[in-house]
Amino acid sequence: MNIQIRKCYYGDIPEENNSGAGTQSASNESLWPLWEVFIRSKQGLDHKHAGSLHAADAQMAMENARDVYTRRQEGVSLWVVESKNIHASNPDEAEMFFEPSSDKAYRHPTFYDLPDEVKHM
Amino acid sequence: MNQHQQINESIKCLIDQTLHLADTCLILGQRNSEWCAHGPILEQDIAITNITLDLIGQARNFYQYAAKLLVEYEQKQATEDTLAYLRTEREFKNLLICELPNGDWANTILRQFFFSTFQVLLFEEMSHSKDAQLSAIAIKSIKETNYHVKWSSEWVIRLGDGTAESKERMINAVDNLWMYTGEFFIPAKYETIDVVLLKEKWLQKVKEVFDEATLIIPDKGFMQSGGKLGAHTEHLGFILSELQYLQRVHPGAEW
Amino acid sequence: MSLHDLEKTFQDKIDKEIKIEPKDWMPEAYRKTNLRQISQHAHSEIVGMLPEGNWITRAPSLKRKAILIAKVQDEAGHGLYLYSAAETLGTSREQMVEDLNSGKAKYSSIFNYPTLTWADMGAVGWLVDGAAILNQVMLCRTSYGPYARAMVRICKEESFHQRQGFETLLVLSKGTKEQKAMCQDAINRWWWPSLMMFGPKDSESTNSDQSIKWKIKRKTNDELRQQFVDMITEQIKLLGMTLPDESIRWNKQRNHYDFGEINWDEFWSVVKGNGPCNKQRLEAKNKDHQEGLWVRKAALAYAEKKRLRVTVKVA
Repeated sequence: MNIQIRKCYYGDIPEENNSGAGTQSASNESLWPLWEVFIRSKQGLDHKHAGSLHAADAQMAMENARDVYTRRQEGVSLWVVESKNIHASNPDEAEMFFEPSSDKAYRHPTFYDLPDEVKHM
Repeated sequence: MNQHQQINESIKCLIDQTLHLADTCLILGQRNSEWCAHGPILEQDIAITNITLDLIGQARNFYQYAAKLLVEYEQKQATEDTLAYLRTEREFKNLLICELPNGDWANTILRQFFFSTFQVLLFEEMSHSKDAQLSAIAIKSIKETNYHVKWSSEWVIRLGDGTAESKERMINAVDNLWMYTGEFFIPAKYETIDVVLLKEKWLQKVKEVFDEATLIIPDKGFMQSGGKLGAHTEHLGFILSELQYLQRVHPGAEW
Repeated sequence: MSLHDLEKTFQDKIDKEIKIEPKDWMPEAYRKTNLRQISQHAHSEIVGMLPEGNWITRAPSLKRKAILIAKVQDEAGHGLYLYSAAETLGTSREQMVEDLNSGKAKYSSIFNYPTLTWADMGAVGWLVDGAAILNQVMLCRTSYGPYARAMVRICKEESFHQRQGFETLLVLSKGTKEQKAMCQDAINRWWWPSLMMFGPKDSESTNSDQSIKWKIKRKTNDELRQQFVDMITEQIKLLGMTLPDESIRWNKQRNHYDFGEINWDEFWSVVKGNGPCNKQRLEAKNKDHQEGLWVRKAALAYAEKKRLRVTVKVA
């Protein structure tokens, strides 16, 4: 058999036409926009990113989020945001964004040595 | 009738009423479950399946209660499964609208809207029932049913006011289903809830949603009935053959 | 930075167990491999709904019906999480679905086998999900962040699937003569295809080194397959059933069970589309997708109308 054998669990069955790798032929007329879902798992906690989904509008996105992401009592409150409205920091700028704070240990309470006798601090 | 007979009679009614509620939820759940893995988009496949699970959950609550009554008062062997799996076409008391084929998505969501709108009103009444168990099931179920109304009414509006094609499909669905909505409000002898009283509120809600959906409520026409008394459409026999097949082939087996 | 430097930084991150996130620089081949793997994994969840969905209307008790529906629905959710992860790599779900429906994209061949009896619901849960879980647990630590996060969520939800499968078989194994036979028959039919789920032998894989180096995968096919055989061979004792492989026996030297040779001709012919249900599965997916088209269009059209109305009101 003249087949190139590759790893074949789920993702790596060889595909002759190099599909799923960036070629775009699907039409957009029936494509619902992508939304990001944030869930507050219980009162008092922050909303946390849970995943994404497709929906035609915000109301439907909210309900889809309820149906898809809270089937096991994962939440008490939901936010949905259309993905295109999220602005993300650029990984190329990660160094100038986030590195400068690494040498400011004096911002952290553990930086300060105090005698054990000092209470409530 | 002496007092003893009267008690017997009212227990019989309660059992029939409970079975009617159970059968209705089960058969609609069974129909909706045919969508599982075949929805128009993943998110909505998951959504309608949540409704299916709610309906089957409700059916189980009602069947379990009916079984308890049968065991206690009529000394019969009964469980939720014997009631769902070993009764025949003529014994099932579900509403006709539940057994109709799903048709397209328009037909499915319109049926859900008609039914859930009715079911919320029914559960509201039932939550005041003198029967503590029915009242408890109603109170528990009303929350999820409110969501079913919200979800389905939004779909009615979306499709009614969507594209020319979706509108046409909605109009067809209204044509198909309307004559099965009258049965909601035709009381059966065993019914302890006065369903006639629910009609006006139901119509009002349907009108609100139809207005927004730019759909028209049909003129009064002939209404089908009989499901509550065991006179069904031809569809039910096929539903039951599928549903009950394993229990029928392997009598008495545990699963 | 030169391409070489970028590649080096990238590999350094992988080596240090730092996850790769969507906007990070990544070699094109890494992106493609992930996209292919994640979308195929998603397709597998979605096509996998069909053989089990096949029994929903016939489930033998109300409890089993509810469990089965919840399980098939979970698979829809898993497909959805995975499509979302794949979308972070730049291909729309619509495109992936189109590739699946046209036959261009692949999915796990196991779902091209038919579910013939109720016992298959047990065997699929126990063996097929059991095999999948071994792979999925490994993938929770895969190097691409969105994929790893999707897998963590999936593994959490999946844990009941295998258990309910085993329990279904356990009940059958204690049941009537017919039920016992049904149970054994399902195990016989699903055993070999389950072993095939792990893919070709390591010695015949040409592409595995790179996936391991990039930590997309962390165990080889043969390692996972052996882990599976060891696990199932112990578990089946509790069912009082047998595996359809007479050469299974404990190997003291290896500290593992030896097992027989897989029929690789069958494996490749199913991959190439000649399995019992390949055609049927794709037809079903195409039909559903086409019949859903007007629904998806209408929802968009309505959303657009509503948006315009709001705009007019605001103006």
